[in-house]
Amino acid sequence: MGRTLAVLFLVLTMAGTAFAVQPDEVLDDPALEARARSISAELRCLVCQNQSIDDSDAELARDLRVLVRERLVAGDSDDDVIDYVVSRYGEFVLLRPVMGTHTAVLWFAAPVLFLVGFIGILTVFVRRRRVPATVAAELTAEERARLDALLKERDH
Amino acid sequence: MIAELGHYALVLALALSLVQSTVPLLGVRRGDARLMALAGSTSTVIFALVLVSFGALTTLYLQSDFSVVNVFENSHSAKPLIYKISGVWGNHEGSMLLWILILVLFSALVALFGANLPATLRATVLAVQGWIIATFLLFILATSNPFARLDPAPFEGRDLNPLLQDPGLAAHPPLLYLGYVGFSIAFSFAIAALILGRIDAAWARWVRPWVLTAWIFLTLGISMGSYWAYYELGWGGWWFWDPVENASFMPWLAGTALLHSAIVMEKREALKVWTLLLAILTFALSLLGTFLVRSGVLTSVHAFATDPARGVFILAIMVAFVGGALALYAWRAPSLKQGGIFAPISREGTLVLNNLFLSTMCAAVLVGTLYPLALEAVTDEKISVGPPFFNATFAPLAIPLFVLIPFGPMLAWKRGDLNGAAQRLLAAAAIAAVGGAMAASLVQKGPWLAPVGLALGLWLIVGAFSEIASRAKVLQEPLSVAWARAKGLPRSAWGTAFAHAGVGVLVLGVVGETAWKTEFIGVMGPGDRIEISDHAVTLTDIRAERGPNFQDQVVTFSVVRPNGARLPVSASKRFYPARQMPTTEAGMIERLSGDLYVTLGEPQDDGKIVVRVFYKPQVNLIWIGSLIMALGGVLSLSDRRLRVGAPRSAKAHRATGHVAPAE
Repeated sequence: MGRTLAVLFLVLTMAGTAFAVQPDEVLDDPALEARARSISAELRCLVCQNQSIDDSDAELARDLRVLVRERLVAGDSDDDVIDYVVSRYGEFVLLRPVMGTHTAVLWFAAPVLFLVGFIGILTVFVRRRRVPATVAAELTAEERARLDALLKERDH
Repeated sequence: MIAELGHYALVLALALSLVQSTVPLLGVRRGDARLMALAGSTSTVIFALVLVSFGALTTLYLQSDFSVVNVFENSHSAKPLIYKISGVWGNHEGSMLLWILILVLFSALVALFGANLPATLRATVLAVQGWIIATFLLFILATSNPFARLDPAPFEGRDLNPLLQDPGLAAHPPLLYLGYVGFSIAFSFAIAALILGRIDAAWARWVRPWVLTAWIFLTLGISMGSYWAYYELGWGGWWFWDPVENASFMPWLAGTALLHSAIVMEKREALKVWTLLLAILTFALSLLGTFLVRSGVLTSVHAFATDPARGVFILAIMVAFVGGALALYAWRAPSLKQGGIFAPISREGTLVLNNLFLSTMCAAVLVGTLYPLALEAVTDEKISVGPPFFNATFAPLAIPLFVLIPFGPMLAWKRGDLNGAAQRLLAAAAIAAVGGAMAASLVQKGPWLAPVGLALGLWLIVGAFSEIASRAKVLQEPLSVAWARAKGLPRSAWGTAFAHAGVGVLVLGVVGETAWKTEFIGVMGPGDRIEISDHAVTLTDIRAERGPNFQDQVVTFSVVRPNGARLPVSASKRFYPARQMPTTEAGMIERLSGDLYVTLGEPQDDGKIVVRVFYKPQVNLIWIGSLIMALGGVLSLSDRRLRVGAPRSAKAHRATGHVAPAE
């Protein structure tokens, strides 16, 4: 009896803690389901913290997963589905932000930095080639004196 | 009483850290050796005091003294012993105390091992450490006192977040902090060099072991965290590009760059100014990580209960230290003398390229993590930046870097021979190509990029050891001679090979996990059987159990592996009454070839339960690869050159007749 109660308690309290995609959501067509999964990975669960709807347990994520599958079954292309979801929930839903004026810095910061760094390094090398390397190796008076002393020592 | 003792020890430590921050600098200015030497003693005593304080908090946890707020909020009398101990740092205040404990430990170690440093450098480094210590002690005392009392004392505690009640958590934060805080030493050395206006190859030789130590711990910490997320969060993922993961990844990338640029500085006295900047930035990113996790700016699974006052305080610390350091850098760095000249095709050249890649990768992660916050603050527009973005910007930088890695150690200093290096890497390229082709023909499904990724992994592994092979003359000499030569190579050469090969092993794991994983989602009851990637999985039993501070619903499966072996696997769903919080415990069969991973979902009305089964080929190579990288670091650290430390002076050097092996 105690055991049955314990199981019952577990069943009752654990509602809403399941993982992501539920068996009843899965589409029969594996190709369509695969597309649904890859679209889901691109969409944010709006009430979660940095989770895609594919990973999330939230009710809203489930609604979105179902919505994505409905659109796919209705014959929408991947882009159509994403456009549709964005039109309803806004750009915030996209885990891969669109490229636009407001995200140009985001998208191009790293590549531009890389190019700037690369060109900078090349410039340094080209400039160095023009300056003879011996310039950098001039000895101070003290070093010159020590060198002379050492050379003299060796000559003896 | 114990709580008050711990609190008092912290206050004393703060007072002493103020002495350490100032008096040694006065000594440097006046040339007073006694004032400079004071830094050593204060470091040791501060460490002892913070240790007492940490010991006090641990004792309070062990005694389940719920009259202390921190213990009440994060512990429970029925909690297993190990989680009573790890619970000390499973919350904001306690983890801050651990952070400081590790900080003062590193200072004490510098004091202890720094006997061969010039007195002025040692005193200045320890004084800069003193500034950091004083600031963080002030932070913990002013905003996050772990010893605050509660009156009346409650009868029972609220328990630790169940997700954190795991052996993984016991190790993850200490390792991570050893990494973060370890980079503070490089920072202090950089600031000291700027203050004293002197920096040379010896400086790099002193700093390198500390950077390497911090890097090893950070590598282990991140990899441990990733493994913990993999088995504890029950999603089966290993990296989520979560802001808090990024917060630890950025110092790792910068630290890896620092590790490499410090080599150039040590060998060739070049890249001085850049190395100093990296040392400052690496610690700055460690502070940023601390800020992001604790400020409430970012919300994530990792974030501790947050308080804006703390966020503002840490932000102020960051602005002061990073801003101050960069101002000092802008003022003093141009006066530092530049060192060795080298050709573009040379060891130095590849290390410069390495630094370019690593720092741009770091920038990519930084921009991706902070941009949405900045955009929302400025324009009120909300966007999300998630894994698809990071994969799209990070991979194009990482892949060319991976291709280039094996070339680095093959090129000579100053002026390298690219053709020669390419010839010595022919075997690696051939093995990689054959491996990729075999994978492509054997595994027909999956993305076309997967065999390329596999080839890349093999290229890295074989390429890493090609350098050892060519230096040992494996093809020219008899095997015994070659083996003797290989054994005679400096440990640092082996360290490099292992660390680079580790990257390759990690790449293999990533490719297997992302390209070839299979998945089953369905409802199963006792006796139901499914097949996944040649494994037969039968559900045998569903039962309820009771743990020390949780209730458990355990589902057992019997798995027949492809080789015919039969193994039981249990997955469970736990419920922790004190926090009213459930967790999932995944069941796993872990093999080098791949993991079978089972998690549980919703129980159904008919006594059945939703089950999710993954097969993840090679996934363990991800963590094994990081372990190999860390092992490479350890080998490098044990190199005689670093163990012996830098020579005291050229004269002493000649007198002992020992010459550091030229790399």
